[in-house]
Amino acid sequence: MIYFNNVSKIYNKDSIGIEDVTLTVSAGEFVSIVGHSGAGKTTLIKMILAEDKPTEGTVFFESQNIHKLKSGELTKLRRRIGVVFQDFKLLANKTAYENIAFAMEAVGKTNEEITLDVPHVLDLVDLGTKLFHFPHQLSGGEKQRLAIARAIINQPELIIADEPTGNLDPISTYDIVQIFKKINNLGTTVILTTHNRGVIESIGNRVITMEKGKVIRDDKDGKYVI
Amino acid sequence: MAVLNRIIKAGFLNFSRSGLVSWAAVLVVTITLSVITSLILLQAILHFSLGQIKEKVDVTIYFTVNAEENKIFLLKKSLEELVEVEEVTYTNSGEALKIFRERHQNDYPTIQALDEINENPLGGYLNVRAKEVSQYESIANFMKSDNALVLGSASIIDKVNYTQNKEVIERLNSLISGARKLGFIVTLFLVLISIIITFNTIRLTIFISKEEIGVMRLVGASKMRVRGPFMIEGAIYGVIATIITMLLFLPATAWIGRNMTAFLGINLYDYYVSNLLQIFTIILSLGVFLGIVSSLIAIRKYLNK
Repeated sequence: MIYFNNVSKIYNKDSIGIEDVTLTVSAGEFVSIVGHSGAGKTTLIKMILAEDKPTEGTVFFESQNIHKLKSGELTKLRRRIGVVFQDFKLLANKTAYENIAFAMEAVGKTNEEITLDVPHVLDLVDLGTKLFHFPHQLSGGEKQRLAIARAIINQPELIIADEPTGNLDPISTYDIVQIFKKINNLGTTVILTTHNRGVIESIGNRVITMEKGKVIRDDKDGKYVI
Repeated sequence: MAVLNRIIKAGFLNFSRSGLVSWAAVLVVTITLSVITSLILLQAILHFSLGQIKEKVDVTIYFTVNAEENKIFLLKKSLEELVEVEEVTYTNSGEALKIFRERHQNDYPTIQALDEINENPLGGYLNVRAKEVSQYESIANFMKSDNALVLGSASIIDKVNYTQNKEVIERLNSLISGARKLGFIVTLFLVLISIIITFNTIRLTIFISKEEIGVMRLVGASKMRVRGPFMIEGAIYGVIATIITMLLFLPATAWIGRNMTAFLGINLYDYYVSNLLQIFTIILSLGVFLGIVSSLIAIRKYLNK
C-alpha cells in the first residue's frame, strides 16, 4: 500500500529529517513507528500526506507517486486517508458535529448521509452527548476521540496517527489504543507513531524503530528496543 | 448547489463565531469606505467650486453703436453653432444703457454726463460662455478667422475683451487642471493606502485561521471548499461596512450642510441624499470587491500546502 524508496529529507547539513528510508506497509497492517523526539517519525508521516517533499527518493501510495500528484489528485488521495494528530487539530470554530460533518462534506456526502452518520460515529467514540460542544469544551481524551471519529467517518483505507496518545492520561491512552485496534480489525491499515512503550506492548504488532532519521530496526512482533 | 449553500452557510457561521476578529475587520473596511465616501464628496465640492468659477468667466463681444441687429444675430447664430460654446446671450444697446445706469447710480458725474449727451453712447454686446475654460482661445480665434468675417460682422465689432482677460483665463485654466490632477493623485493615494490597510487586516484574520486551513486540506477539502467561506466572510465585511458607512454619513453631511453650505457653496447633505443610490452602489461594490479579493489573495499562500 505504502512504499518508501530510498527517501531522504535533508533540511540542511545539521538538520536531517529522514535519511535513505526504504520500507513497505501492506494493506491491513498495523504498524507502529517508534523513536525519540527528532528521530524522523513526523517527517515520515508528512511524506505520506504530501505535507513535505523528499529531497531524494520516492513515496508511493499504491501505484501513485505521492509527490508527483497535482493539487486535485492530492485532494482525492487525502480523502482515502484518515489523520489523527497529537494536538488533535480540530476546527476550533466548529462543534463536534460540524467537525465530523466538514470531513463528510469534503468528500461530497449529502446532508441526509451527514445527519444519519455523524451522531452514529460520535456514539461509537462515546461523544454522543457532546454533539454541539466546541473543541475547547472537551477534555484531551474527548478531543482525541473526536479526531478519531473524524478520521474514520469516511471509511478511509489508511489511518495515520501521529503521537495520538502524547497528550493523554493513561486511561484515555488505553481507550484510544483500543479504538485503533478495533479499526484495524475491521481491515483498515493503521500507521501509528509513538514513544510510549505501553502503547507498543498493548498493540503487539509490527514495530519500526527510527533513530536520527534512519530506520534502525523493523520487527514483526512488536519489540520496543532503543 | 448544495456545495454553494454549504459554503455560504459556513461563511456566515465563521463570521458570527469569529466575534471580535470579524468586527475588527468590519471596522477597518468601514474606515476605508469612509475615506472613499469622503473623497467622493470632496470631488463633488471641488467639481462644484470649479464649475462656479468657470461660470464667472466669459468673453464679451462689444458692438459699435450703429451695428445692425440682424448682423449681430447672424454672428450670434454662428457662435452658437460652435461645439465649444455653451451659451451666447445678447444684450441690446438699450438694455446695456439700463444696466450701466444701475451700476453707476451712485456715480453722479457719470450719470450727469450721460444725461447731457442725451443719446445712447453704448452699443449692444454678446456674452459668450464656453463649455470649458480652455476653449475660450479657440472661440476668440474664430472671431478673428474668416468664418466671422464672411458674415460681414468684422466691421460691427468694437472690441472683444478676451485679449484683456487672456492672462486671467489662462491662469484659471491651469489652476483648474492642476486642482483636478492634484485631486486625482490625492484620491488615488488615499484609496491605495486604505486598500492596503484593509488587505492586511483581512490577511491577519486569515492568518489566525491558517492552521485550520491546513487541517481542512488534510481532511480532503477542495481548495474552493476551503476558500469559499473566507470569500463569503470578506463579502459580509463589505456589506456591513457599507451599511455603517452610509448611516454614518447621514448625520455627518447633515451637520456640514447646516453649518458649512455658505462656505462650500454646496449643500453636502442635499448632494449626499440625492446621490444616495449611486454612492451606495459604488461603496457596496468596492467594499464587497475589497473583501472578496483580499480574502482570495490572503488565503492563497495557505492553500498550496
